[in-house]
Amino acid sequence: MRISLEHEQQAAVSTMARKNESRRHFAKHKWLYIFLIPGCAYLLIFKYIPIIGIVIAFQDFSLVKGIWNSEWVGLENFQYLFQSKDFYVVLRNTLILSSYQLICGFPAPIMLAIMLNEVRHMAFKRVSQTILYLPHFISWVVLAGMIINFLSPSTGAVNHIITAFGYKPIPFLLEPQYFRSIIVSAEVWKGIGWGTIIYLAAMTGIDTSLYEAARMDGASRIKQIVHITLPGLLPTVVILLVLQLGHILDNGFEQVFLLYNPSTYEVADVLETYTYRIGLIDGRLSFSAAVGLFKAAVGFVLVLGANRIAKLFGQNIW
Amino acid sequence: MTKKMEVIDLINYTLLTLITLAMLYPFLNVASVSLSSYDAYISHPLMLWPHDFSLSSYKEIMSRPILWSSYLNTVIVTTVGVFGSLALYVLMGYPLSKKILKGRSFIIVAIIFTMLFNGGIIPNYYLMRSLGLLDTLAALILPSLFSGFNLILMKSFIESLPEELEEAASIDGASYPYILLRIIVPLSKPILATLALFGAVGYWNNFFNAVLYIQSDSKWPLMLYLREVIEAASMMALNANAAELGANSVTSETLQYATLMLVMIPILFVYPFLQKYFVKGMLLGSVKG
Repeated sequence: MRISLEHEQQAAVSTMARKNESRRHFAKHKWLYIFLIPGCAYLLIFKYIPIIGIVIAFQDFSLVKGIWNSEWVGLENFQYLFQSKDFYVVLRNTLILSSYQLICGFPAPIMLAIMLNEVRHMAFKRVSQTILYLPHFISWVVLAGMIINFLSPSTGAVNHIITAFGYKPIPFLLEPQYFRSIIVSAEVWKGIGWGTIIYLAAMTGIDTSLYEAARMDGASRIKQIVHITLPGLLPTVVILLVLQLGHILDNGFEQVFLLYNPSTYEVADVLETYTYRIGLIDGRLSFSAAVGLFKAAVGFVLVLGANRIAKLFGQNIW
Repeated sequence: MTKKMEVIDLINYTLLTLITLAMLYPFLNVASVSLSSYDAYISHPLMLWPHDFSLSSYKEIMSRPILWSSYLNTVIVTTVGVFGSLALYVLMGYPLSKKILKGRSFIIVAIIFTMLFNGGIIPNYYLMRSLGLLDTLAALILPSLFSGFNLILMKSFIESLPEELEEAASIDGASYPYILLRIIVPLSKPILATLALFGAVGYWNNFFNAVLYIQSDSKWPLMLYLREVIEAASMMALNANAAELGANSVTSETLQYATLMLVMIPILFVYPFLQKYFVKGMLLGSVKG
C-alpha cells in the first residue's frame, strides 16, 4: 500500500518535472516555434487544403454548391475515366512523349558534361558554359514563339532553306508526325547545358590520382573516359535516371500547351493538358480532378518506388 | 603530348564550339531580326546581324500601354514573390536545422510529402476561387512561394554553418531573432542568392498560373501578353499563303522578336552575374539534397 503510494507520488513528481521541463523548453526556444508559424500556415493552406480538395473527384461537384453540398458519386468518375477512349489516347501520348524525352534528353547532358570535362582551356570552358546555360533561363513562351517563327511555312528560316532547295514548304506545327520531335528537340536544346551542372559536380569528386595512374599505364583519353569518368558518374546517373522514371507521367504543361493545336491533339494531348482542357475549359471539374488524382497517385507510387530502387544502389534521394 | 590526344582535343573543341553556337544562334537571330526592317527579314530570315537597321519595331511595341502594364505586373509579382519566398525559407529553414526543435521530423516529413503528392490543377483552382484570389496578382505569387526542394537546400546550408558563432552570440545573450538576422542571414548569402535567382526566373517565366488564374488583361503578366502577341501571328504564320498578309499585320515577326527581346533582356542580364552562386548552389544540392 505504502509502496504503491510512493510510486504514485513519484510518477506525479516526474510528470510535473516533465511538464516544467517542456514549459522551460518552450519559454527558452519560443522564437524557433514562432518562426515556423508562417511556413506551417502556408503549407496547410496552399499544399494540404488542395490535397483534401481531391475529394471532389468522388463527387458530382458543382462550383455553386461547393464541396460540402455537392453530391457524392463514389467511383463513378473513375469508372467513366477508365471506360473513355480519350483517356487511353492521352495516357499513351504521355508515355510515348516521356520515353522520347528520356531517351533523347537524359544522355545528352552526360555526353556534353564529359566533353566539357575534357576541356583544359579554362577561358574556353567558362565562355561555353555560360552560353550553354543560357537557354535554361528563357521561358517556354519565348521558346515557343521562336519555334513557331522558325518553322513557319511562309517566312520561317527552316522552310526558307527547304524552298531554296526547290521543295515545298512544310507546315511543321500542323503535322502530327513532327510534333514529338519538335517538343523533344526543343527540350534538349533548352536543358542540355543546365543538365551538365550536376554531372560536372560529380566529376570534380573523382579522384585525380586515378587519371594519373591510368596515364602512367599508357591509357588513352578515350580509355580514361570509359574506365574512370563513366564509372565515377554512375551513382549520379543512377539516381537521376531513377528519379526521372518516377516522373514519367509529367511531360511539362507549358511546352505542350504552347505548341499544340487541334490538328495535333491526337499525338500531343497529354495528361496535364487534358486535365486543364476538360476541367477548366469544358467545366467538368470532378472528372478532371479524377484524372488529376490518377496522375498524382501513380506519380506518388512511382517516386516512392524510384527511391526504393535508388536505395538498392546505396543512394537515398531524400 | 601524343598526336592522338591532339586529334581528340580537336574533335572535342570543334563539337563544343558547334553546340555552343547552336545555343547562341537563336538569340543572335532574334536580336538581329528585332533590329531590322520587315523587308530585310523576309529576304534574310537567317540573319546573324541586323540588316537595314531600324528601331521601329521597338518604338511600336513600346507605344502599347498593355506592354507596360504587363511588365509592371511581372516586376511586382517577381519582386514580392522572391522576397516572400526567401523570408519563408529563412524562417522555416533555421528552426528546422535545430535538433532540439520538437516536432522537427514531423514537419520535415510533411514538407517532403508535398514534394511527392499534390492536389493537382482542379483542387488548386478551387482553392484560389474560394479564397477570392482569382484574377489577382496574389494568385500568381502565392502558389509558387514555397518549394520543398528549396527549403531542404536552405536547411542543409544552415546546418553546414559553424555552430560556434551562434553559441558565442547566445552566451552574450543574443535572442533567436537577433541571431537569425545578424548571423544566419548574412552567412547564408550564397544560398539566398541561388534561391533568389531560381525564384526570379520561375516568377518571371511563369505562364501556367497565369493561364489558370488570370482573366482581365490589366492583370496580365508579361508571359500572357507575349503569348497573345505570338498567338495573333501564329495562325497566320502556320498558313502557307500568309506572306502577303505579313507585311501589313500588326504583329509581324520583327514586332514579335522585339517583344521576345524585351521579355528576355532582364533575365539575360542578371544571370551571368549570379552564375557563380547558382553553380555553387546546385553543387550543394547535388551533394546534400
